[in-house]
Amino acid sequence: MLVNPSGLLHLQCQRPAPHSYSMKHPRQDLLTHPVPFFLSFSRLFRAPATLLALCLGTAAVAQAPAPRPEVEQFTLANGLTVIVKPDHRAPTAVHMLWVRVGSMDEVDGTSGVAHALEHMMFKGTPTVKPGDFSKRVAALGGRDNAFTGRDNTGYHQQIPAGKLEDVMRLEADRFANMQWPDEEFKREIEVVKEERRLRTEDSPRAMLYEQATAMTFMASPYRRPVVGWMSDLDAMTPNDLREFYRRWYVPANAAVVVAGDVTVAQVKKLAEKYYGGIPARPVPVRKPRAEPEQDGMRRLDYKAPASQAYVGMSFKVPKLEPADLVQPASPAAGAQPSPTAAASRDALALAVLSAVLDGYSGARLDRALVQGQGNERVADSAGSSSGLIGRGPQLFILDGVPAEGKTTQQVAEALRRQVALIAREGVSEAELNRVKTQWVASETYKLDSVASQARELGSNWIQGLPLDGSERVIAQLRTVSAAEVQAVAAKYFGDDQMTMATLLPQAVDPNRKPRKPAVAIRH
Amino acid sequence: MTFAIKNRARSSISIWATGIFCLIFQAGALAAIPIQQWTQPSGAQVYLVESPAIAMVDIQMEFDAGTRRDPAAQAGLAGAMTGMMEKGLQARNGAPALDENALSEAWADLGAQFGAGATSDRMGFSLRSLTEPDLLDKAVALAARELAEPAFPDAVWQRERQRLQASIKESYTRPGSIIGRAYTQAVYGTHPYGYQVTEETLSRIGVDDMRKLHANSVVACRARISMVGAVTRAQADVIATRLLARLPQVPCDSLPPLLEVPEVAPLAQADEKRIPFDSAQAHVLIGQPGYKRADPDYFALTVGNYILGGGGFVSRLTLEVREKRGLTYGVSSYFSPGLHAGAFTVGLQTRPDQAVQAVALVRDVLKEFVANGPTEAELKAAKDNLIGGFALRIDSNRKLLDNISGIAWNRLPLDYLDTWTQQVDKVTVADIKAAFARKLQPDKMVTVVLGSP
Repeated sequence: MLVNPSGLLHLQCQRPAPHSYSMKHPRQDLLTHPVPFFLSFSRLFRAPATLLALCLGTAAVAQAPAPRPEVEQFTLANGLTVIVKPDHRAPTAVHMLWVRVGSMDEVDGTSGVAHALEHMMFKGTPTVKPGDFSKRVAALGGRDNAFTGRDNTGYHQQIPAGKLEDVMRLEADRFANMQWPDEEFKREIEVVKEERRLRTEDSPRAMLYEQATAMTFMASPYRRPVVGWMSDLDAMTPNDLREFYRRWYVPANAAVVVAGDVTVAQVKKLAEKYYGGIPARPVPVRKPRAEPEQDGMRRLDYKAPASQAYVGMSFKVPKLEPADLVQPASPAAGAQPSPTAAASRDALALAVLSAVLDGYSGARLDRALVQGQGNERVADSAGSSSGLIGRGPQLFILDGVPAEGKTTQQVAEALRRQVALIAREGVSEAELNRVKTQWVASETYKLDSVASQARELGSNWIQGLPLDGSERVIAQLRTVSAAEVQAVAAKYFGDDQMTMATLLPQAVDPNRKPRKPAVAIRH
Repeated sequence: MTFAIKNRARSSISIWATGIFCLIFQAGALAAIPIQQWTQPSGAQVYLVESPAIAMVDIQMEFDAGTRRDPAAQAGLAGAMTGMMEKGLQARNGAPALDENALSEAWADLGAQFGAGATSDRMGFSLRSLTEPDLLDKAVALAARELAEPAFPDAVWQRERQRLQASIKESYTRPGSIIGRAYTQAVYGTHPYGYQVTEETLSRIGVDDMRKLHANSVVACRARISMVGAVTRAQADVIATRLLARLPQVPCDSLPPLLEVPEVAPLAQADEKRIPFDSAQAHVLIGQPGYKRADPDYFALTVGNYILGGGGFVSRLTLEVREKRGLTYGVSSYFSPGLHAGAFTVGLQTRPDQAVQAVALVRDVLKEFVANGPTEAELKAAKDNLIGGFALRIDSNRKLLDNISGIAWNRLPLDYLDTWTQQVDKVTVADIKAAFARKLQPDKMVTVVLGSP
């Protein structure tokens, strides 16, 4: 790797994260997780704590409760939601605009349009020339970027607090008045294709993930990649973007989140001034496009140049319905239980199961598969993750990389054996307490970053969670019992709702000629 | 932290209750960022910024034992050793042995996190803990044991080595890794900054080498400890003392001196490498040895590189390669100043048939910038961003800790952050032009292109 020994006030030049979320620009890595923060827990914990990167999100204990954050939310007359989280530790602020539209709101033939639109939102309005948005934010001393996911699109600026009004004016302007010549689109769509090549096409595991997702889901729009299929990018037109923008960028489908050295009154005034005048329009009706039940195992093999094989198994599982969080799963006597209450409860238990399997270093999967305690080791890495919440259907994923001389089949069997072991014998109270402790602690550590608090508030709004959604989820997770974990381990891990995707490594031929672009190039 | 305290603090004299930041930025002018610094009886240097708003503390402990001190034949030793420090503790001084899982469970149950690792220059250890007294107490005690009493179990190293070797083998199939290795080697030659960790160098590392390295490098008198969090100076002093208490307490002048590491040699001539590879994108890296962190041109080069290729969307390289021509998703330039002249690098990825065009374009931009420097308008835009956005560099404990440990490591003055914006403001177009002309020779750079037809 390139040597970069200085850690001091060094202008960052980070490479893009290897997969999944698409940002307008690879350099700022600040806001790359347009998912509820708790979804990333098990992955977070698996990352080794490195020297210069203290990991957020580690443990703490019940006797050190986090202070209750002071947050306020209100709705403008045109339907736009505004969320304010004052934090006066530093004279800086984060301003984010969240739109409840992502790749799941696209239709076949124009996959990737939500993300391409996000790129083009930097290309101007009648009063701001192409490229000037970022120039102006930079001149304010700020940093800006954007991201697109399945469920949402987000735009954000970090700025000295005194410059909040300037970025609110700029953001409201492009939310209402995006306008650019077709020429700008023709250049930028080539940038988007380069992004697809970088993040997906040259990464065998990203390609495997893309294809496995397309097989796991049939009717659900989750089956399409966020960045879009290459042939859809090739065929995309400027008007595809403009129509998508007109349709979905309406005030009632968006939330502004401001966190940092601001007051609620000040943000309220500015929001009225800059966003309040945008005309109200109806949010388009969303069709359910429900995923049909899966009745039988699906398998996918993917061949790519690599030396390590990889196997991932995804199981269709229930998700937590936001309504069940507001109306707790065990309602007071006399109240009507919600029809999704049991499924929501299972989703919570599955999140705990994943944490017990893979929530800290040396947890069950690591011990059994990587260390090979009491047995021969079969994997160089092994993991699990649980979807828990999202606008679309959720998955529980078990995955691993075989150790030398072992097969993906051995890894897959060993992963499922660990779940079966819990189904048979349950989990210990010590394990349960350990993972709950970590969730509670993260509530204190997360206060150090205003940006991540803003991200969490926006992401919770996208999912329809209340302002204190994260605390409610953690409070609910803490009530999950060992018996509930055991029950979901027995219930959701059969063959019939599973998709198994295997990466079959192929030898790299160093002298093979570089490939031609797969499709005709547009100029 | 409660909001009642915060509100009171913002309007009265008890400003400390809100953390340091309000103090720093009161009344428009930048007041001093209060870094406290002292030397302990052991010789350890402590740097502290009190930040009481959140009941947590971040601590970083660093030693002059980065990978630049790895033996060439055992490249990867410092990284392997620090990784293995998390794999269990010996029984010593009345404390029981802990295997790797007992150790990681102990950290998880405390709600604290300990990390160890090595960069080119620094070997370092980090601790994040809540400041609830009982928890912090136990976390510091466990960190002190991990720092001083690693077990280095051979069976675990055999396993970890297998995993590392497998991931190195996998990296030989990834375009970014392949070009990174080739480029590093071409820029640094035989200098330790260019050492490559391979399956072979790992195979030459044993747990005895780790024990030796640990004993020689994790030494109390050479520790630089940086802390940011809800602790007072008195508490910080006790914490630092306890963290180092289980290490041998010997004065530095009784230890054999650290060996000098040679400097990075400048490149004699331009060099171009082409690596055939079948990928969706060609990768390009262009550069040369840059400068040392202690170089007086630091600010001119920092501001200049923001304009050239460090400033995200608004840099010259992004404008030319991405915005005007749509050739890439990301192009950037950066310096990597350290104890030695870390590389200056321009990197991009583009569709294979566009690689030749992109390389020519980058070379033109570089040549032009080195010959003529930035325009006055570009310099003003850079200063607006860097000076106006200074607060964004220190607006969390974690960002502050990175800065404080940088000051500690590079022996920068304690008012370094206070004068940072003034130093940026002083930079002129002529300074940047002269500094770039001194440091960069576009006609002698290395160019590595992977995957171009």
